[in-house]
Amino acid sequence: MLSMSVTAPARSSSTATPTSDVLLDFRNVAMQFPNGTIALQGVDLTVKRGEFVTVVGPSGCGKSTLLRIASGLESASEGTATVETNRIGYVFQDATLLPWRTVQANVELLAELHGVKSKDRAAKAKEAIDLVGLTGFEKNLPKQLSGGMRMRASLARSLTLEPELFLFDEPFGALDEITRERLNDELLRLFVEKQFAGLFITHSVSEAVYLSTKVVVMSGRPGGIVKTFDVPFSMPRDPDIRFTPEFAALVGEVSHALREGHH
Amino acid sequence: MATVIGSPATSAPAKRPTARRSLASRMSWWQPVAVFAVLIGIWYTVAWYYDKVQELSFLVPYPHKVFESLFLDAKRRPDLFEAIGNTTAVMLTGLVIAIVIGMTWAVIMSQAKWAERSLFPYAVILQCVPILALVPLIGSLYGYGFPSRVIVTTMIALFPLVSNTLFGLQSADRAQRELFKLQGASRWTVLTKLQFPAALPLIFVGLRNAAGLSVIGAIVGDQFFQRGAGGLGVLIQLYNSRLQGSDTFATIIAASLLGVVVFLVFGLLGRLAIGKWYDFN
Repeated sequence: MLSMSVTAPARSSSTATPTSDVLLDFRNVAMQFPNGTIALQGVDLTVKRGEFVTVVGPSGCGKSTLLRIASGLESASEGTATVETNRIGYVFQDATLLPWRTVQANVELLAELHGVKSKDRAAKAKEAIDLVGLTGFEKNLPKQLSGGMRMRASLARSLTLEPELFLFDEPFGALDEITRERLNDELLRLFVEKQFAGLFITHSVSEAVYLSTKVVVMSGRPGGIVKTFDVPFSMPRDPDIRFTPEFAALVGEVSHALREGHH
Repeated sequence: MATVIGSPATSAPAKRPTARRSLASRMSWWQPVAVFAVLIGIWYTVAWYYDKVQELSFLVPYPHKVFESLFLDAKRRPDLFEAIGNTTAVMLTGLVIAIVIGMTWAVIMSQAKWAERSLFPYAVILQCVPILALVPLIGSLYGYGFPSRVIVTTMIALFPLVSNTLFGLQSADRAQRELFKLQGASRWTVLTKLQFPAALPLIFVGLRNAAGLSVIGAIVGDQFFQRGAGGLGVLIQLYNSRLQGSDTFATIIAASLLGVVVFLVFGLLGRLAIGKWYDFN
């Protein structure tokens, strides 16, 4: 089928080149699991400052693996993955809040793990909670929140790291459509305001087109990049853009590429 | 119950296994009372048989005699309270030792797969050892008083603490572990800030079960080791040997009530500790 030579060290990160605009650089990245499954193959991908890149693909195509390599949770078995920052936010599929902590304490967690003093992290958390619109719910426990609010708290938790690169692993996949659209708008607002670079995994084509500056379409197993689309719509984005013919046309093209890559 | 704040459109209630009914919903007052009445009726019938037919009324005394002995006999009361006190002392000492050993054991096992594989079988073996078989050995090594009773109690109470703490420590899900890993958290940080709090619901269930077992352990210990300050087990044997039937029964009931009280107290303890964020029954 395909011969693989494991060559380069999988992932290197450096903060030494602040002049570079490239925050994430994947070169010919492949991933083969110990059981022989090839999850990724020949992936070239860059994420620059100011970009919001969305990866769409069928389930099981290795989208999440891509993100796990970028975050350092896993290392590629071939190729190089370079991350040019150590301020990385990571939002999981689930909100992954700790049920015994209040919203405030949950949002403080990451700063706490980095040894930030209690007063400073309280202030940081307060700011992040305000940013995601959870003001007034600081003392609530996760079980008292709706799914959408839990995801907001999860976002706030990552925001306290002031990430330069924000990785999202299908964060809104489990939410209903109304909530998802509202959170898409919030995310775009944060993107414009905080100017992080985003790498967002989803299986919703319209979410992908609406959120991103660039849409990357992946094929089914083994996952590889089929096509890349530049999204021409300006930021900040008007929610009503979803109802324009241009938007629909692009969604159609992406869907088409997705179908072609999936046989 | 969880109250869901926010618009109905965005609400997704916290995940709870629906199949698990709460203890409260399993409890109703009149059905147990009806069963109790039936049992008392049967008891009277059997007691009448032993009294009138066998003429050995001390073997199964009438319920009201037992009631008198338990609640109305002022002469007996100091003995009973002393025995309850001694049993409680053995039970609590044994339980505390079991908590310390059991949790340490579980924490060590939670740190590495090989540690779990090497050490967990011994927890199972401990569970399988017939305590009775060890009694002569414990007696000759540690005497026939308080220390030996505590050892028996600890051995009986240990297993639920080991297994529940271990399963609890492993209950934090993968994404939560990765959340900590991404920040470069140390093992100690993961243990104290994630695994241990996540384990508390199961730890408290284990603690409640262990507490119940420790009452059994303390009374069983009394049966074997009769020296020193005797507990309820010693008292039961004493009354039984003197053919004081109603006193024997009364003491057995007192021992059962002690078990129930301990179960309730440790349930309450769990609810106080984690009831805010976990529906602890």
